[in-house]
Amino acid sequence: MTLRELASKLSLSVQAGADKLDREVSGGYASDLLSCVMARARKGNVWVTLQCHVNVVAVASLLELAGIIITEGAIPDAATLAKASDEGVPILTTSKTTFVVVGELTGLGVRGGE
Amino acid sequence: MVTDGQEGKDTTTEQPLEVTKLQELVYELKIEEVMTKKVVTVSPDDTMRHLKDVLRMSRVSGAPVMRGSELVGIITIEDLIKALEAGDIDAPLGQRMTINVLTVFADETVIQAVNTFGRLGFGRLPVVKRDGKLVGILTQGDIARGLLRQLEIDYHEEEIHSYRASHIFEDIVSDQTGLILRYNVRPHDFSHCGEAASKLKRALQRLGAKPNIVRRIAVASYEAETNLAIHTTNGGQITAEIQPEKIRIVAVDQGPGIPDVEQALQPGFSTAPDWIRELGFGAGMGLSNIKACADEMSLESKPGTGTRLQIVIRL
Repeated sequence: MTLRELASKLSLSVQAGADKLDREVSGGYASDLLSCVMARARKGNVWVTLQCHVNVVAVASLLELAGIIITEGAIPDAATLAKASDEGVPILTTSKTTFVVVGELTGLGVRGGE
Repeated sequence: MVTDGQEGKDTTTEQPLEVTKLQELVYELKIEEVMTKKVVTVSPDDTMRHLKDVLRMSRVSGAPVMRGSELVGIITIEDLIKALEAGDIDAPLGQRMTINVLTVFADETVIQAVNTFGRLGFGRLPVVKRDGKLVGILTQGDIARGLLRQLEIDYHEEEIHSYRASHIFEDIVSDQTGLILRYNVRPHDFSHCGEAASKLKRALQRLGAKPNIVRRIAVASYEAETNLAIHTTNGGQITAEIQPEKIRIVAVDQGPGIPDVEQALQPGFSTAPDWIRELGFGAGMGLSNIKACADEMSLESKPGTGTRLQIVIRL
């Protein structure tokens, strides 16, 4: 399933990286602690978090994640969105909680783990 | 860059390398490597009506004419149209075929055929061995398909090649080769945190290091950089020395120092202040992430003086 399909099915708003939504998602990871993401998220994963500051872009870029779903209504600032566009990191937002989003992703077949 | 003199415009060739590769192939590929080997043929005694059926069913626009195993002519859809116009569809095609057939040799390179097609505008060229025996037929479509197939093979081989560790400094030989990259990390600068790791990662990709190793280096250097940004008084420096077989990353700072290194290495232990934890830092996993990614790691510190973290990853 591509990020574009996920965005549509989960009604996520695309805030950045609209041209990079056709990547196939390899799985998912959810955490708000950056080091945990660095340790466990895999290339092509979609990352679900409520962190919306600029460092999430660096993490997603370094790990070559498919994109970031930012939950609980958090909206990244302009500088963060600009950096996301530059680095080609899709950022999708929703007002739903992380728990709900992860449940919906699992329901669509997006898996966690190795 | 090529400048169009008249209008002063720049016409830049975007990917000159790809064009050269194609030219290379055109001069290297043999006709027998791209030709169609199953040739549809007819005999001079067959009628034009028979030719009509053959062309239609085989979906070709022309065919070599064979008397036994000898190539005696070539006949095309154009000849068929003329025959239809003249109401001559039952005539033997031997009467309407072209006798002087232009052929190409199977062991010639594609460039010969390209030139011939360009010059004469024929739809197809019969391919013969040096002894005159028909072995195939060649159209411009065959040439295009053959080149594309070969380009794909070459690209695939290059991809495999570039992932071999020895490729990094392949033509750069010395008694001790090292590429040194230095990055300054400013304290509490979270808008730029991660840039050193990102630049280092790109450098290694450029050099052709294996992707899984690049990832380990990216994670280790990111965590080292983040530690400098979070915990140092005046920031620090990351020095990456890339050698053919390994990379050594050293992160140093001039304070405040770690009172208990053993404690700091424990997973989950962090001295990050609250405002930094709110950003998602301070999980206390940085050093253990580094340890998991590195082949060797050492951490030395003197409170009041500074800290030195050294990581070695084999390439």
